[in-house]
Amino acid sequence: MSVFSIEVGLAILGLILLALEAFMPAITRRTLAGISMGGVALAFLLFLLVNKSATQMPEFLQPYQQLDTLAVFYKGFALVITFLVLWLTSQCAGYLTKYTVDGRLSEMFSLPLIVCPGMMWMAGAKDLVTVFVSLELVTVSFYVLVAFARKSALALEASVKYLILGALSTGILVYGIAWVYGATGSLTFEGIAKALANPETVKLPVLLGAALLLAGLGFKVAAAPFHMWVPDVYQGAPIPVTTFLSVGSKAAGFVILTRVIDTFSIQGSIIAPEVHGLLLIAGALTVLLGNLPAIFQTNVKRLLAYSSISHAGYLLLALSAHGSTRLDLSSGGVVAFYLATYLPMTVLGFLVVAILRINGGGEDVSDFRGLAKRSPLLALIMTIALASLAGLPLTAGFMGKLFVFLGLVDQAAWGTLGCAVIGAAAGFYYYFKTILAMYSSDASSSSQPIPLNLWTKIGAIVLAVTIVVLGVYPRPLQSMLMTAPATVSAVAH
Amino acid sequence: MSPLEIVILLPLLAALAIWLGAPARATSVGAAVINLLIVLGLVFGFQTASAGKAGFAFESARIVLDNPAITFGVGADGVALILTLLTSLVTLAAVWQIGDDKPGIYHISSLLIAAGALGAFLSTDVFFLYAFHELALIPTFLMIGLYGHGEPEHRKAVAWKTTIYLGAGSLILLAGLVWLVLEFSGGGKLTFDLQALRAQAALTPLPVEKQAQIFFVLLLGFGTLVSLFPLHSWAAPAYATAPTPVAMLHSGVLKKFGLYGLLRIALPLLPQGAQVAWVQETLLFMLLGNILVIGLVTINQKRLDDLLANSSVMHMGYIFLGLAAGTEIALRGAVLLMFAHGISIALLFALAGRMRNQLGTLELKKLGGLGEHAPAFTVLFAFGAFASIGLPGLANFAGEVMVFVGSFMNYGSASFGALQWSVVVSLWGVVMSAVYMLRAYRNIFHGSAMTGLFMRDPALSQRLPLIMLAAVLLIVGCCPWLLLNLIKSDLAAVVAP
Repeated sequence: MSVFSIEVGLAILGLILLALEAFMPAITRRTLAGISMGGVALAFLLFLLVNKSATQMPEFLQPYQQLDTLAVFYKGFALVITFLVLWLTSQCAGYLTKYTVDGRLSEMFSLPLIVCPGMMWMAGAKDLVTVFVSLELVTVSFYVLVAFARKSALALEASVKYLILGALSTGILVYGIAWVYGATGSLTFEGIAKALANPETVKLPVLLGAALLLAGLGFKVAAAPFHMWVPDVYQGAPIPVTTFLSVGSKAAGFVILTRVIDTFSIQGSIIAPEVHGLLLIAGALTVLLGNLPAIFQTNVKRLLAYSSISHAGYLLLALSAHGSTRLDLSSGGVVAFYLATYLPMTVLGFLVVAILRINGGGEDVSDFRGLAKRSPLLALIMTIALASLAGLPLTAGFMGKLFVFLGLVDQAAWGTLGCAVIGAAAGFYYYFKTILAMYSSDASSSSQPIPLNLWTKIGAIVLAVTIVVLGVYPRPLQSMLMTAPATVSAVAH
Repeated sequence: MSPLEIVILLPLLAALAIWLGAPARATSVGAAVINLLIVLGLVFGFQTASAGKAGFAFESARIVLDNPAITFGVGADGVALILTLLTSLVTLAAVWQIGDDKPGIYHISSLLIAAGALGAFLSTDVFFLYAFHELALIPTFLMIGLYGHGEPEHRKAVAWKTTIYLGAGSLILLAGLVWLVLEFSGGGKLTFDLQALRAQAALTPLPVEKQAQIFFVLLLGFGTLVSLFPLHSWAAPAYATAPTPVAMLHSGVLKKFGLYGLLRIALPLLPQGAQVAWVQETLLFMLLGNILVIGLVTINQKRLDDLLANSSVMHMGYIFLGLAAGTEIALRGAVLLMFAHGISIALLFALAGRMRNQLGTLELKKLGGLGEHAPAFTVLFAFGAFASIGLPGLANFAGEVMVFVGSFMNYGSASFGALQWSVVVSLWGVVMSAVYMLRAYRNIFHGSAMTGLFMRDPALSQRLPLIMLAAVLLIVGCCPWLLLNLIKSDLAAVVAP
């Protein structure tokens, strides 16, 4: 068995679940959730097992798919986040059904199973066509997921915005791919890199292609100035879908960006300086445009949306440190590290918002008032998550930021570093604002205790512990992401 | 497992236990007592443990990251041990005096702040030294914002101001530390390990001008945390507003982190940086601001809590003077003064908190004649106030004298330079301390009592932690060598060339 058969199996399971309800209308939500979560969990276990033995994709896939350290990491990442999103969906089911047309949620459990293989294929893509196909698999499924709560006006607005801008960005991306192909004569990363290292390649068309490509990907990962859609879409989409967008979709975008930047910045590349400058500017801009407007947000979902933008900025800055040899991690490794720290804190943040929604609360910062009294556990894990998002030491978030800052200092990008510091300082304000709200209470705030079921407790504690462990003992994660000399050996211990 | 790791982890575990529902007061006091006993044991065992060793005693290291090399390393030299002792003494007093009517978060926050301070003092890795200090940020913020004194609007504003100052200071500090690490890793592996950095600094010192630049960045970062003039404006309102245990721990212990950082990181790694003329003159200007400007501000205060808060800011000036001089005597004096100031200000804040609880006001004009009704209380306050002035026989005196003498000598230089002038000018600070402290003492305890504002002596069980602090002031004041003998060669490496 190979990793590929797991991916295909997952997609087939998704299709079966999609059709299942048509033939078995009596099937319950619980069964559906059980099957889909069980499927992903099984896939993850098999993935861990297969990883040890099969280190190659099957032969017919080898021109299109690779299985290097990063690919393996992101494939595992996709499985984990898909599982968490399905879990979150089953938690939110109670209130989500109010907003769907038929009061059912079946597609919410089957579509993620199709998104997941898409993200996994993206992680291993070796050429731009594979990238494009798997990206579309992900994005088209997301169009449906975002629009799922059809009875909510905000969700409709979100889905229209996401559809239009998503389609536009796809167009720009394809246009960029076409230019790159025209200029370099190749669609594989390897071929493009070879052509770029050749000084005889004409610069301008490649540069245009690269810029369009980066703009298209910028839309996907919510990088400024293509980030305008994010707050509205995040606010309108159902909470599990927002989580999926914020973590899964972003990770998928960044694995492609990592590959693309690695290609564009190859030794002797004719466009390396321009790409580097572009990354620094876009990164600094994203950090500022994410963090500064976040100060004024009162809706926690919007706040987390802006926070998600700002993290995209830090990730771009991590990518800009391409070629820095001072750290054992490549720039792509730092991005992967950052995303691994970003996953638990973001999921935890949205989980708490979701639990408040389930218990009839709103999504405003003021709805968080008195949370410490209503549920000390939730308040504590949310404090940990927010502290980590703010980048306080001893949490995972600080480790990620430390790598980014080290990279920036190492390349002496002082202006950008200044922007990153300003962003981080602003972050202190809006994350702490939420913390303060949780612990303060007054007459107007609800004091009803929040009931938590066992699985929520376990899940939340596991995520919170992950944040702290990654913050004080990140060594295993780092060695997992260490650049290996060959594409294979790193995986096969 | 090193005993130092237990000392750091114990308050954290106690905080977790309280959060899970353990009886707050018993748990936190118990943890503080055990911690104090362990630390006392370490102090007594230090001579044997450190015999024949140049570096740290009781050390242990656990690698948490390979490159940049970060280890969870702990170890104690004399300076670290003195500050650890300070922390455990103040922690015990702070959690002991928390009233039974207060919610558990008082205990949890106090323990978290204590754990942060202990971790920072005992870490031998720059990363964890920095990280542990940040641990105190959220508890401080929440306690001031939620349970501070005064109007909700006022305390929220103070909480934000404190957090923004401390957060910005920490970020500047982080930039300076990262710069330091990158400079000293010279192309090789990055390391945050203090010993490795020191070895590198001894092997290949940086150019003097670069040392001065990095030192200045660190000075701004650490200085903000210690309320160095003109970066001080967060401190006085924060201490005056904060709930009593937080005020005690923050002004008594946590604020010493910045000074400790300069002593531990900046001075040994950048020995010439501090002595470059423009850096030293800037530092002297700033610390004179602390002593003279804040001294005058303090004299003008109308309320006891504001007065104590400002005096705490002012006294930092003396310690900075010791660091700026860089002679061994001055540095030893600075360490002693850090200890003495921590104990005395914690004692004073504890007493002020008690007065506020019983009288409802701390306005000096409204108080008077308390000496008749609460003699024990008066004596305890006298200990704190006189120590703070620098009365011989109490701990602060020894520290201040050593700082003044050590700075005045300035390694045998015959000229009468900026440093010597600073000593002369800052001696006036002692006079100012006497003015405001004695005036406050007279106002509160002598004269005629205003109607309705009476207070009784605290019960004996409530008096114990305060007596403990006062006794420490007296013992260290009479026998300063008890602490100074702990500092062996630690500071020799720091002494300016």
